[in-house]
Amino acid sequence: MALIAAVSLPLLAALLCWFRPLRSIAWAITVVCLALSFGSAVVAVGEVLSTGHVVAVPGWIEADGLSALVLLLVAFVCAVAAIFAGGYMGHEARSKERLWWFYSNYNLFVFSLAVVPVLARVNLVWVGVELVTLFATLLVGFESTPGALEAAWKMAILTIMGAPIALFGFLTLYWAFRTSGGGTAETWQGLYAIASTMPPNLLKLSFLLVFVGFGAKAGLAPMHTWLPDAHSQAPTPICAVLSGMKTTIPLYVILRMLSVILGSPDAKMGQWMVVIGLISVAIAAFLLLQVRDYKRMFAYSTVEHMGIILTAAGFTTHAAAYGAVAQMLNHSITKSLCFYAAGLVLMTLGTREISQVRGLFRISPFTGGALLLCSLAIAGAPPFPIFLSEFSILSAGLRSGHYVAVVILATLIVIAFVAILLQVNGMLFGHSESTIQKVPLPLSPRIAILLGAIPVCVLGIYIPGPIHSLMELAAQQLGGH
Amino acid sequence: MVNGHAELIYGLNALTAGLVLLAAFGMVTTRQVQGVLRFLIVQSLFVAASAFLIGFNRGSIDLLALGCIMIASKVITIPWVLRRMLPGDLYERREIDQVINIPFSLLLALLLAIAAEFLVGPLVATTPDPVVHANLPIGMAGLLIGAYSLIARREAIPQLIGILAMENGAFFAGIAIAPDLPVIAELAIAIDVILIVVVVGVLTRNITETVGTTEAATMSELREEPRRWH
Repeated sequence: MALIAAVSLPLLAALLCWFRPLRSIAWAITVVCLALSFGSAVVAVGEVLSTGHVVAVPGWIEADGLSALVLLLVAFVCAVAAIFAGGYMGHEARSKERLWWFYSNYNLFVFSLAVVPVLARVNLVWVGVELVTLFATLLVGFESTPGALEAAWKMAILTIMGAPIALFGFLTLYWAFRTSGGGTAETWQGLYAIASTMPPNLLKLSFLLVFVGFGAKAGLAPMHTWLPDAHSQAPTPICAVLSGMKTTIPLYVILRMLSVILGSPDAKMGQWMVVIGLISVAIAAFLLLQVRDYKRMFAYSTVEHMGIILTAAGFTTHAAAYGAVAQMLNHSITKSLCFYAAGLVLMTLGTREISQVRGLFRISPFTGGALLLCSLAIAGAPPFPIFLSEFSILSAGLRSGHYVAVVILATLIVIAFVAILLQVNGMLFGHSESTIQKVPLPLSPRIAILLGAIPVCVLGIYIPGPIHSLMELAAQQLGGH
Repeated sequence: MVNGHAELIYGLNALTAGLVLLAAFGMVTTRQVQGVLRFLIVQSLFVAASAFLIGFNRGSIDLLALGCIMIASKVITIPWVLRRMLPGDLYERREIDQVINIPFSLLLALLLAIAAEFLVGPLVATTPDPVVHANLPIGMAGLLIGAYSLIARREAIPQLIGILAMENGAFFAGIAIAPDLPVIAELAIAIDVILIVVVVGVLTRNITETVGTTEAATMSELREEPRRWH
C-alpha cells in the first residue's frame, strides 16, 4: 500500500496543479505531496526490510531491496528539490505565470522516476524510462530561451534515439525468456530465477542493445554530450534531479540487466563494463580541468560518478556491488546538494562563469559555506560518504584481482578531485573586484540546503542500521545471483 | 492443404518483410519531408500487415491487437499530430539538407542491411521458425537504417521520423521474437511513442518560434571552450 502511495502521490499532485483555482498554490501542493510520498517511501522501505520483498500488484508492481533503495532516493531528492524550487523559481524564472505548468510537469517527472524502480514487468520498465526522458526534456526547455531549447533538443535527440534500440533489446530479452520456457511472468525476479537456462547469445545481444540504448540517458561517454548542455541551461532544481536521479534511473536498469546476465554462466560482460566505465571516468576527469561554467563542472562530475558505478558493477563481486550501491546513494544525495549550492551562487551573482566568481566567502558566507561543503563531498574528501564508497570500490577491486583497473580508477579519481577543488578554490577565496549588490536569499532554498546536507554530513561518519541493511539487500540483488 | 495455407502465409510475410526494407530505402532516398512521412506511413502499414498475417495464421490475439495498435498509432494518430501541431511550411515541399548525398546514402543503407543480416545470423540459425528468418534481420536492418537517417539528416522533423522508423524496425522484429507480449505492454509502448512525437513536436514548434529554424546544424551555441589557467 505504502509502495503505491509513494508512486501515485506525485501523479495526484500533477493533476491538482492543473486545476485553475489551485494553480496559485502549485508549489505548496507539490511540496506537501512529495513530502507525503517520501514518508510513504520510508514506510515501504521498512516493509521491504522486514520481508525482503514487497508485492503490491503481483507481477506488475513489486519492490526488492534495490528497488526500495532507488525509490527512497527518488523520493528524498525530489522532495528536497521541490522545496528548493519555491524560492529559486520565484526569484529566477522568466515566465512566472507559467509556474503552475512547471510544477505540474515536475510532478509528472517525479512520478516517472518513482515508477521505474517498482515496475516488475520488464517491458514496462522501458516505457517508464522513456517517460522520464520526455518529461525531463520539457523541463529543460522550460525557459524557452534559445540556449534552453538547444539544450533540450540535443538531449531529446541523443536520448530518444536510444529508445528504439533499447526496445529491440527488451524484445530480445523477452525472446530469451520465452525460449527458456520456464518462468511464470517476465518480471525481474522471474528472470533471475531462470537466468541460467536462457540462451547466452540472446542475453548478450539484449544486454548490448539495452546498454547502447540507455547508456546515453545515463550520461556514459561518449554519449554524454547532452548532459553539460542540459545542466547549464535547465532551471537549477531540475539540474539537481537530472544529475541526482535522471541519470541514475537508466543506470539502475542497466545494472539490473547486468545482474540477470551474471546468473547465466556463459555470458560474461563484467570486463566490458569496467572498460566502458573507466572511459567515462577518464573523459570526465580531464574535462573537469578545463570547464568554465560551474554548472557544467558538476555535470561532468556526474559523468565521472556514473562511470565509477559502472566500473564497480563490472567487478562483479558482492563487495564491489555493495560499493556500487553505496556510490549510487551517496552520489544522488551529494550531487543534488551541489546543484542547490550552484543555484545559490547563481542567485547571488547572476553568472555561471567560474572565472567571474571570486571571493564568494566574503560576499555571502552561507553560499560559500554550502559550496565548500558540497565540493569537498562530491570530490570525495573524508569524512564525506563518497570517500567511503569510493574506498570500498577500490578495495573490492583489489580483492577481486582487477589491479590495473583499480590503479587507473584511483588515478582518475585523484585527477577529478584536484580539478574540482582547484576550480572551487578560485570561486571561494581571492577578492572580488566589482562591488556586487547583495541579494537577500529566499528562505526555501536555504531550508533545502540544510535538509539536503543532513544525509551528506551524517552518512560519512555513521551509517544507520536500516540504511546499511537496505544497501546489503540491494547489493545482493546486484551481485548475489 | 493446411500446409499449403501456411506456406502461402509465410510467403506473404516474407513479401511484407521485403516491402518494409524497401520503404526504409525509400525514406533514405527521398528529399521532401512530406515524402519521408509518406514512406513512414507505408512502412507502418506493412509492419501491421505482417502482424495480421502471423496473428491470423497462429490464432494469436496479441499479434492481431499489435497490428491494430500499429495502425491506430503510426498510420492515423502520429501523422495527424504532426500535421496539427506543426506549421505547414515546416514539412510541405521542403527539401532536406543531407550531410551525405543520396546515391551514397543508398549504398550505405544497403551495407547496413547486409550488416544486419550478419549481426543476427547466429541467432536466426538457432530456430527453424520461418517468421524469425524473415522478420528479425529485416527488423534489425530497419533499426540501423533509421539510425543512419537520423544521423545524416539535419532537420527536426526528418530526425523524428528517423526515430519512428527505428521503432518500426524494433516492432517488426518483435512480431517474430515476442509475439505473445501482453497487450497492455504493447499499448503502453504505443502511447509512449505518441508522447515522444507530441513532446518533440512541441519542442520543434518552440524552436521555430524562438530561433527561426529547425536545422540542427545551426544550433551550436553550447559547446565546451577550454579554460585558460593563469
